[in-house]
Amino acid sequence: MTQHLTLSRRGFLASLAAGAFSLGFRIPTAAAQGAVPGTPELNAWVVIQPDDTVVIRVARIEMGQGTLTGLAQLVAEELDADWEKVTWEYPTPGQNVARDRVWGQFGTFGSQGIRASQQYVREGGAAARAMLLQAAAHRWGIEPATLTVLKGVISGPDGQTLRYGELAAEAAQLEVPEAVQLKDPATWTIAGKPLKRLDTVGKLDGSQVYAIDMKLPGMVNAAIRQSPVLGSTVASFDAASVTGMPGVRKVVQIDDNAIAVVADTWWRAKTALDALPIEWTESEHASLSMTDVHAMLDEGLRAEQAFVGNEAGDVQAAIEAAAQVVEAEYYFPWQHHATMEPMNATALVTADRCEVWVATQDAEAELAVASEASGLPIPQCEVYRLHLGGGFGRRASSHEFTRQAVLIAKEMPGTPVKLIWSREEDMIHGTFHPVTKARMVGALDDQGNLTGLHMRISGQSIAAALMPGMLDQGKDPFTFQGLNPDGEEGQFGYTVPNLLIDHAMRNPPVRPGFWRGVNNNQNAFYLESFMDELAHAAGRDPLEFRRSLMQDHPRHLAVLEAAADGIGWDTPPPEGVFRGLCQHMGYGSYVAAAAEVSVDDRGQLTIHRIVAATDPGTVVNPQQIEAQIDGSFAMGLSAALHGEITVEDGRIQQENFDTYPILTMLEMPAVESLIRPSGGFWGGVGEPTIFVAAPAVLNAIFAATGKRVRQLPLANHSLAN
Amino acid sequence: MPQLTVNGSVHDVEAEPDTPLLWVLREQLGLTGTKFGCGIAVCGACTVHVGGVATRSCQLLIQDIAPEDEITTIEGLSPDRTHPVQQAWLEIDVPQCGYCQSGQIMAAAALLASNPSPTDEDIDAEMSNICRCGTYNRIRAGIKRASELL
Repeated sequence: MTQHLTLSRRGFLASLAAGAFSLGFRIPTAAAQGAVPGTPELNAWVVIQPDDTVVIRVARIEMGQGTLTGLAQLVAEELDADWEKVTWEYPTPGQNVARDRVWGQFGTFGSQGIRASQQYVREGGAAARAMLLQAAAHRWGIEPATLTVLKGVISGPDGQTLRYGELAAEAAQLEVPEAVQLKDPATWTIAGKPLKRLDTVGKLDGSQVYAIDMKLPGMVNAAIRQSPVLGSTVASFDAASVTGMPGVRKVVQIDDNAIAVVADTWWRAKTALDALPIEWTESEHASLSMTDVHAMLDEGLRAEQAFVGNEAGDVQAAIEAAAQVVEAEYYFPWQHHATMEPMNATALVTADRCEVWVATQDAEAELAVASEASGLPIPQCEVYRLHLGGGFGRRASSHEFTRQAVLIAKEMPGTPVKLIWSREEDMIHGTFHPVTKARMVGALDDQGNLTGLHMRISGQSIAAALMPGMLDQGKDPFTFQGLNPDGEEGQFGYTVPNLLIDHAMRNPPVRPGFWRGVNNNQNAFYLESFMDELAHAAGRDPLEFRRSLMQDHPRHLAVLEAAADGIGWDTPPPEGVFRGLCQHMGYGSYVAAAAEVSVDDRGQLTIHRIVAATDPGTVVNPQQIEAQIDGSFAMGLSAALHGEITVEDGRIQQENFDTYPILTMLEMPAVESLIRPSGGFWGGVGEPTIFVAAPAVLNAIFAATGKRVRQLPLANHSLAN
Repeated sequence: MPQLTVNGSVHDVEAEPDTPLLWVLREQLGLTGTKFGCGIAVCGACTVHVGGVATRSCQLLIQDIAPEDEITTIEGLSPDRTHPVQQAWLEIDVPQCGYCQSGQIMAAAALLASNPSPTDEDIDAEMSNICRCGTYNRIRAGIKRASELL
């Protein structure tokens, strides 16, 4: 038997030799990982129950973007699982630490969920499949190469069959192969298909538990008020005035800038908090207004010093030699994530343990926060993840709600505390899409060719605020998303002989954060609006003008042409309807959009139709990509049409959806998605399309009205004749 | 002690009379399918039916509800997710994050109850709930599909 095993294993490995990938990711056996005895875990990614249920572990978090289903499809594909029997679970960050980070990155941002983990999760599925085949081969005393698998059933040459569930316990005892061969995407039957999401049912009957729905025995609830003026702190508060109110258990100061009231229910905690007198200290930012912010950014538009992101030729000489110089200034205001589920966290702290239940895009960061706030070492802390009621970068940008929940819970050892931010707290204490302006200068020759372009961005750096370690000698490389001279992440799509794209970093004291699409949003708005301005100034068709600059950027051009074809660019639009288009590259994907709008005499805008093209290289679930494209227009147009966070007297002025309106059904355009993967790479899909939402529509509005909207949002402008 | 009729059962409620229905549902009755979104009746995440009418429960105080008023939450829309709106939502894979969907489904169910074949204009006029993920086009398709399943 031993002899046979050795030969069998050698034969198995030999069969994988051609074109095999080495396992770049350690996939230890279940036994080596200290898994619970009896748990049929084949490796960190795959658990198969005796009833054939396939549990796929998902390290990234689901927040609506569909990553959970997509990752499960990739594992199930390589595993040759029966999709009907696939379910999933989230490992915890504590388990990840304890198991030498076997699941890699938990952080879910930058449209990376699939593209940055596809290799190792597919290897996890393929390794599990190989082990199951090996186990079947042992049972039957034949070579694994003679076996076939269909939907979790292994068949031998003589018609014998074994189900995965019958083999999992044996397979889990085998060594994990050192190398596996991944399938050619062209042969996929599970991945690449428009399968339904795995997480829908609980969202239809209220049974899906979000973090805000947590219920634990003996749990109390906390409402919080954080300093309403930027930089101010708690001066005094009169806890005694509310301690007799119904249900109130405790009033707690948190750090130097917040007061929480704890009660049996959240509504009673909030009611008491509203009645609680709190005095705040004077802040150095107490007089900060938008006038100051605009002045700061305007200065940056003309400052001598700026960080260079992309440069070619001599742009100043090109401008001086131009037959026509076109200049324009643009403004992209602060935006709010406005996740539908407000920030919240539930914590339970005892003398030797801290546990947190939270909706987060970065559970390992939450674990560190829990450890720091509780004063307990990481191995004594744990974070349990729940589906997010929206993320959009907010739940990757800061984690103070977890810190606050733990600090409150620390005051009440053994009692679980659920902290919920009111919508007003959520809105005021956001991590806002950075505020920037741009000054665009274009040089056209007498033939209407673009000979020079200077794009000066002035404004906030997210990296400077949230991750200063990422700055490169003071420069924030992420500022230039989609404008980079090269690279696979976000390359400038035009060839301009004399080019300068630079950034004057100006950081008003309002906390910025990652907001779906991040810096691509303003970069695409500035560049693609101005490209349209240049085309019109040159008397050229906006598509033809761009095409003439894109010959060295075939993938950028291909999606632009696809969107243009889809909208019927070469045929006249219906009477009274006007078109605009744009393109951009970000998060490894190429995107473009074309819009049809009309504007009536009163200035009422109707967006009739959007055609959006995307090339993400590889497609994992086309119907989920469509959903992300749809959603990108909802959120991108919400910002373009309505979104603006402002500050006056050091206070954020928007406190709820009445003053920060969100796009609704009435304004949502029909969106046609053209998914055009060109293969050979993996781009993101959760964010890329959002960049092209605003410029496509704004360019169409210009075509309709002759009005160029350069200062967002559109709500501040009249389109009336 | 105030009494409420929720999903066909009468409940004694331990809450101040000026407590919004939303928080009684969530914190007293354990019906957390109804969501807190804004607290000012703008977003619609807290939509329930009161006497069959789509109502934003975050601004409806329990003192303004009669004990016999029939309140239906997402948990009581159907016993087994077979309401046509739920079926259509599943078929079309409407939800993304899903947080607003209880409210969307309740609003859509109320719309279809009063108007079994809504036009696009009817949908635009009645469906004012916010979805931050942007599932509006699938919600629209879902309502039309549910209309066929009625």
